[in-house]
Amino acid sequence: MSDAGMSPSRRTLLRGLAGAAGISVAGGLISACSSSGSGSGTPSSGSSTGSSGTVGGTVSFGSNYSDPGVKAAFASLCTAATAATGAQIKINTVDHNTFQQDITAYLQGTPDDLFTWFAGYRMQYFAAQGLALPIDDVWAKIGGNFNAAAKTLSTGLDGHQYMVPIYNYPWVVFYNKSVFAAKGYTVPTTWDQLIALAKKMKTDGIIPFAFADKDGWPALGTFDILNMRINGYDYHIKLMKHEIPWTDPGVTQVFQHWAELMPYMQTGANGRIWQDAAKTLEAKQAGMLYQGTNQVAQQYVTDKANLADLDFFVYPEINPSYAQDYMDAPTDGFMISKKAKNVDAAKAILEYIGTGAAEADFLKTDQWDVGLAQGLSAPTYDAIQKKSVVEIGKCKAVAQFMDRDSDPAMATAMIAIIQKFIDDPSTGNIATLQKSAEAQAKTIYTS
Amino acid sequence: MSSATDTQVPAAAPAKARRRRGLRRLSARDRVVVALLLGIPLLLDLAFVWFPALATVFLSFTKWNGVGGLHTKTCLPNVPSILNNGCLYGIQNYHQAVTIYPEFWPAVRHNLIWLAVFVLFATPLGMLFAVLIDRGIKGSRMYQSILFLPVMLSLALIGIIWEFMYSQNLGLINTVIGRNGNSNAIDWLGNPHLNLWAVLVEATWRQAGYVMVLYLAGLKAVDPTLREAAVVDGANAWQTFWRVVFPVMRPINVVIMVVTVIESLRAFDLVYITNKGINGLELLSVLVTSNIVGETQRVGFGSALGVVLLVISLVPICIFLFQTFRRESREGPS
Repeated sequence: MSDAGMSPSRRTLLRGLAGAAGISVAGGLISACSSSGSGSGTPSSGSSTGSSGTVGGTVSFGSNYSDPGVKAAFASLCTAATAATGAQIKINTVDHNTFQQDITAYLQGTPDDLFTWFAGYRMQYFAAQGLALPIDDVWAKIGGNFNAAAKTLSTGLDGHQYMVPIYNYPWVVFYNKSVFAAKGYTVPTTWDQLIALAKKMKTDGIIPFAFADKDGWPALGTFDILNMRINGYDYHIKLMKHEIPWTDPGVTQVFQHWAELMPYMQTGANGRIWQDAAKTLEAKQAGMLYQGTNQVAQQYVTDKANLADLDFFVYPEINPSYAQDYMDAPTDGFMISKKAKNVDAAKAILEYIGTGAAEADFLKTDQWDVGLAQGLSAPTYDAIQKKSVVEIGKCKAVAQFMDRDSDPAMATAMIAIIQKFIDDPSTGNIATLQKSAEAQAKTIYTS
Repeated sequence: MSSATDTQVPAAAPAKARRRRGLRRLSARDRVVVALLLGIPLLLDLAFVWFPALATVFLSFTKWNGVGGLHTKTCLPNVPSILNNGCLYGIQNYHQAVTIYPEFWPAVRHNLIWLAVFVLFATPLGMLFAVLIDRGIKGSRMYQSILFLPVMLSLALIGIIWEFMYSQNLGLINTVIGRNGNSNAIDWLGNPHLNLWAVLVEATWRQAGYVMVLYLAGLKAVDPTLREAAVVDGANAWQTFWRVVFPVMRPINVVIMVVTVIESLRAFDLVYITNKGINGLELLSVLVTSNIVGETQRVGFGSALGVVLLVISLVPICIFLFQTFRRESREGPS
């Protein structure tokens, strides 16, 4: 998920009521009244000189980039796309939580030509049900701008491409440089070093790991990284698709390592929102925080904390055969809906967006995400972003996040299970929780 | 009340005859108006109450993720869910809910706790407030306003206000009692053994005010001569209330009972605002929503949970209707 605002909107609640009453799929009932956001319209005559030639008409673009900063960046991206392609873009901005919750009804109702979405199984799930348009021809033109990993992320279960990525961000361990310098801490690269460092912090009166899971999703990231460090990327993805049972000893190992770490994590995580955990790090009461740059760096900017003092390291190695080869780096991008009316223009716009120049333009005001185009180093990148590019580049494979790599219903089940684990990380409880996870996975994936 | 029926019974027969004659005298235009005035509400009732309710029951026997249509084929066993969509699933949804779904039984338990707290604590508390204010204690208007204030706030707002009170490190309660440190903070909303009770305090805060206003209106309507007579007969305040005032207020008591049951069964907003109804705050209404609303929907499963909630709601509804009809038939046709 990794999207900040979790407050339910009135529309969500209304939809909840409609759903509860059994009229769940009312087509475009809700999407029809989506707020018609600021159109980007600089009317451009057909004489503009775009690389991909000019196409006519208007393309509607459903956007969940509803926060003011990213909304402005998105509007400027669309303006640039209009200048390059000649197609007018009409942006329909919807609150991002509402957008995600309504996606099934939206795509089956009267969807916009283009829409914002997420890579991973979360994209493949809708593509597999014929709600998105394959864009292999777009990738034939922009393929050279991206590495193989980015193309894999944009590929559906059927081998066709469905998405053009715009940015991603890494999940890493954050710390304040000043704290590490003052106390003489060094960045840990192995599990033993991490535990030793945590122990030392605890005796120094610092919470080793700031930790929050009231929202449910942040702790899924800890499971992801421990699983990838202990069992590797392939195992992790198989588990996410339920090709490996949740009762597997490999999963037990993940929970056991986590239980070893629990004494060093901030207590009462289930009642704390991640923003408050980030504040503990800002206040230097906590030594480390494992979360995405999209959240932590953004929170530092929001709170006007010392962003220059913030630094990160990738999660330490646990199993030498997988070293530090993998991480969660959730990717966002754009897709064309199956019911799109102006397909040619929509494809032309995606061809423009799939270039380094367009990504750099989009990230002008962004201080936490990084583009995916090869060799892209936007002039506006700060230290965190520059390091993000390097560290993501070092990975042999990147996962998306549990709720993007698995069926979201399974991620919901795991949210409850991991919260129960946080309450009681005992060996007996781990066994119970694994059994419950497997039983639920069976009803969600098969049967 | 008996004196009223005595006078009505003899008057009933001529009144009925008059009315029948009246109906025949209606012009065609009047009949159209009557048909419209009865037909429109009936249609709305069928469209927005009966159709969704029956559709929910039907959907609860299917497996459907909301994509594509429904068909009447039976679901195949041991096939990936994505290929097994919109099919008839028998009672599997119900079976899974009670056996595998770990949130189901906690949700039922929490709904019952919610009901019990409302019936045994929140509503009597509101009645107590009403009686005290009705006795005209000093500053009763001020108390009345203060206690009624929460009722004017939306439940979503109440949830947010109380988050400021309960927040672990920054909240009012932990700060006042000095438990806001990093090691000793009380995790009011995150501890699954505490958070239901914490949220019930929020709910009671509002429910007591609501009941108070309803009950106060009823108390004002009680004939003061009844009380005077009771005082003359030597009854004390306790006896006056329980032996005289409370029985006279039977209609209001029934309304308050119904309101209490409805409010506790439809509880949703507070837990959804607090943590979306997970980790100790599961309620049936929330489980219905979390399965039906969202990216990947389990419409059939969510509908099955909705039917369970419907069946539970039917119990107090039937009791209420039974009581009402019995009273009407006892009082005779008028």
